[in-house]
Amino acid sequence: MHPRIKEKIYKWIFTVFAFSSLVFLLGIIIVLFKEGLPIFQKVSFSKFIFGKTWYPTYDPPEFGILPLILASVWVTVGAIFICVPLGVGSALYLHEIAGYKQRAILKPLIELLASIPSVVYGFFGMMILTPFLQNIFNLPTGLTALNASIILGIMATPTVCSLADDALNYVPKAFREASFAVGANRWQTLTKVVIPAAGSGISTAIILGMSRAIGETMTVLMVAGGASAIPKSFFQPVRPMTAAIAAEMGEAPMGGDHYHALFAIALVLFLITFVFNIIAEIISRRYRIKLGLSG
Amino acid sequence: MDKKIKIKAKHVDFFYGKSQALKNINMDIFDCDVTAIIGPSGCGKSTFIRLLNRMHELVPHTNVTGEVLLDGQNIFCCSMDAVEVRKRVGMVFQKPNPFPKSIFDNISYGLKVNGIKDKYFIEEKVERSLRKAALWEEVKDRLYDSALRLSGGQQQRLCIARTLAVESETILFDEPCASLDPISTAKIEELILELKKDYTIVIVTHNMQQAARVSDYTAFFLMGELIEFGKTQEIFTAPKDSKTEAYITGRFG
Ligand SMILES: Nc1ncnc2c1ncn2[C@@H]1O[C@H](COP(=O)(O)OP(=O)(O)O)[C@@H](O)[C@H]1O
Ligand SMILES: [Mg+2]
Repeated sequence: MHPRIKEKIYKWIFTVFAFSSLVFLLGIIIVLFKEGLPIFQKVSFSKFIFGKTWYPTYDPPEFGILPLILASVWVTVGAIFICVPLGVGSALYLHEIAGYKQRAILKPLIELLASIPSVVYGFFGMMILTPFLQNIFNLPTGLTALNASIILGIMATPTVCSLADDALNYVPKAFREASFAVGANRWQTLTKVVIPAAGSGISTAIILGMSRAIGETMTVLMVAGGASAIPKSFFQPVRPMTAAIAAEMGEAPMGGDHYHALFAIALVLFLITFVFNIIAEIISRRYRIKLGLSG
Repeated sequence: MDKKIKIKAKHVDFFYGKSQALKNINMDIFDCDVTAIIGPSGCGKSTFIRLLNRMHELVPHTNVTGEVLLDGQNIFCCSMDAVEVRKRVGMVFQKPNPFPKSIFDNISYGLKVNGIKDKYFIEEKVERSLRKAALWEEVKDRLYDSALRLSGGQQQRLCIARTLAVESETILFDEPCASLDPISTAKIEELILELKKDYTIVIVTHNMQQAARVSDYTAFFLMGELIEFGKTQEIFTAPKDSKTEAYITGRFG
């Protein structure tokens, strides 16, 4: 075959690959809208989002997902309190303190944490964390928002750590040298030059960690407890959006109101993570421009 | 007449891991003079000036033996602090490296990390440093703009101002014009000649004309050794070593 034609064929094949992910994305969005929107003929949008009761199988059913949204928000916020100190802290350790050899061992280990299936984390939460929390806080059940927060926080830690470490490594060496050259010490260089320069990269890492936490399903299904009441404390069982979808989809008659309501929840979830990712993208783009890297 | 020696290198050997980058360097750098360091790429010029303010310590697995005396005191001696050495011996790098901060903050940074809090003092110092670096007129109306928006030549003068602000007595320049256009280069050279009234200056350069234009003394390095050191005029007109002659006449390099 003529090399020019061959080149053209390759180009086409790769273009198709590249655009196929766009097609999948579009397909998912279309399905979400098509299957989710019908619920709004039964219940108004604001009643759906702000309704305080989720009784999808009662007669008449109530489709208020505020308890589910709040449950997701609670466990995600809780997870942030765990994954930000752990993730950013370990990134700083890797970057500043760990020597070359330690880093070569630690970084892959932390990344390995990210590849453990979520069901394993969930199992750990159920078997070890649940009785532990139940005992020390003297709770009727250990399956609570707190439990879910801790496990989600641990799960999001490698993501945050790995991305924050990348952000720190992106900071040009020249900034550090400049700082040392005017007589700054290591701590000053870290807090006044390196961290501010990596700041938006670190924020991006945190947002993507959050996005991972809010979308996580299996673990929250296993450890969050599942009660669909509006959460009032971290020691209560809660039912985040993902858990509701996963737990109820099997029972909801196809094409019924419950079924459409679950799709509508998925749509809300999709929009939330979509917004998170866009914010992360905007911040990281601004950051690369700020550092004089490519835009 | 005897000149005052600002920095004296005595039997300096330098190693990256096991590979030796400098071999027994002995050299005097005179007060308020410009000393140029020339030599082909990889001969150890950067390595040499970086150890003069202990910047080599940022690179792991480096080792230096011998002495570097700054005003008669060994900078590697236990009683000397790297931070103190770097305050007294500033450095301007090959690629301009302003912080991603405002022009003002770039200059005030060195003052702040050295514990100066007086706002009035800092403002005055920023202005004075920018004036000395011949940048004040160009930036006085936009001190709070990002330094990264300046041109390359302006950024390099900003980096010089940043060093001047901490009252270094000696300034090391590692190929400061390597990434600049001829007009910016001329401005930096002019500035160096102006600064040498008050400062001791060491400049690494690839550009022989530049060495001839700005320096009083020239050192020629080759493969980690100091081949020849002397008055710039003599090095360029009557080199004693045949290798020096070969280099300055462009026969290798
Ligand atoms: N960080 C480093 N690690 C190991 N070797 C280095 C490092 N930096 C420089 N070298 C080596 O030391 C020698 C001198 O380098 P350098 O001082 O940068 O030369 P110059 O500035 O004259 O071009 C070169 O052989 C170079 O490869
Ligand atoms: Mg060099």
